[in-house]
Amino acid sequence: MLDKNGIAKRIAREVKDGMYVNLGIGIPTLVANFIPEGTNVVLQSENGLLGIGPFPLAGEEDPDLINAGKQTITTVPGSAFFDSALSFGMIRAGKVDLTILGAMEVSENGDIANWKIPGKMVKGMGGAMDLVASARNIIVAMQHVNKAGESKLLPACSLPLTGLRCVKKIVTELAVLDVLPEGGFRLLERAPGISVDEIRNATAGKLIIEGEIPEMSL
Amino acid sequence: MNKVVTSADEAIRDISNNTVLGLGGFGLCGIPENSIDALIRKGVTGLTCISNNAGVDDFGIGLMLQTRQVRKMISSYVGENAEFERQLLSGELLVDLIPQGTLATRLMAAGYGMPAIYTPAGVGTEVADGKEVRNFNGKDYLLEHAFDIDYSIVKAWKGDTQGNLIFRMTSRNFNPLIAMAGKITIAEVEELVPAGELDPDHIHLPGIYVHRIFKGSNYQKRIEQRTVRTA
Repeated sequence: MLDKNGIAKRIAREVKDGMYVNLGIGIPTLVANFIPEGTNVVLQSENGLLGIGPFPLAGEEDPDLINAGKQTITTVPGSAFFDSALSFGMIRAGKVDLTILGAMEVSENGDIANWKIPGKMVKGMGGAMDLVASARNIIVAMQHVNKAGESKLLPACSLPLTGLRCVKKIVTELAVLDVLPEGGFRLLERAPGISVDEIRNATAGKLIIEGEIPEMSL
Repeated sequence: MNKVVTSADEAIRDISNNTVLGLGGFGLCGIPENSIDALIRKGVTGLTCISNNAGVDDFGIGLMLQTRQVRKMISSYVGENAEFERQLLSGELLVDLIPQGTLATRLMAAGYGMPAIYTPAGVGTEVADGKEVRNFNGKDYLLEHAFDIDYSIVKAWKGDTQGNLIFRMTSRNFNPLIAMAGKITIAEVEELVPAGELDPDHIHLPGIYVHRIFKGSNYQKRIEQRTVRTA
């Protein structure tokens, strides 16, 4: 079973040289730590930056330089600042190659719910609805089951939706799965030490298993 | 033409109760601190505030929530604020949550003189309720209207007496968009210089969108999430 860093490490393998990538808050933010040396990617922050660098050294924080999670950051050489309309313009226009974000639920046709639990305090969708409606490639990083032990990979989402038919791939602590255009989660890889049966038991939506499922290499 | 005013209090002098305000900033980054303080001193109430976020309990728009001056927030994300949550659950405060890109683009549309835009954000979700859906090239889009803002209040790094503005790093965020969308736009700046001192090629927002400008002071520039690495 993978921990949060393990999930991030596995997703980092999907990040290819030359990509523009938007990382969501939480596990997706950790992905930046595992992008291999020599793979040149530009990280987009939807509050108006292309070229996110590492966190600053203590004493070098600048309140005018933050990421979408309001954390202090730095820039890398070649970075650019812009306003929020241009930021979502480049997202909407499909210029961002890969979006990695968290989810509460994903359905077998790729619907995603990640912004609202009815009856609980609603904080807002931020940029999530814009990102999922426009991104060409969306990978979800999440736990396979919720705290109550219920599957988060479902036939249909029960929570209010963030977007329709948009998730392409899911990486959880148990598995890597594709969401097929015709519907269904296709199992691609098992986490180290996890059996196909364990993944089957944790997946409520339609699970497609073809042939031998390899253990993921990290 | 004289756009320069001497203080935040003078800049906001004619803002009255039940006004629709736009406020720049993302989180606590690039918020018009001086003008928020002046609005609290003036005590106007029943405000509708269009702003990406609502501050934190003891800073930014959160201060105007403490004083019960805000009737409605139009934002994309309002977390990190306990007083906000209390007022929302008790019904004192109305909240309209809209996708961040939709918020930005509805502001841009206002500044570009366009009544509405089509965006895919929110198609198939509760955000689409009651809105026109139109299909272009096989994909569905929602019709979203430009904002209509009485007073816009923004924070810039440098400005000149013509109202031309330059922003610094990610404190640009919503500021130029909020500024473009206001019938009356107030800019507070860290540095105010005579016309001619800023390179026209470096202006982020031309002064035609700015009606009043003043040099702010005592900026706190609070950091919401201080994150550092070890060398």
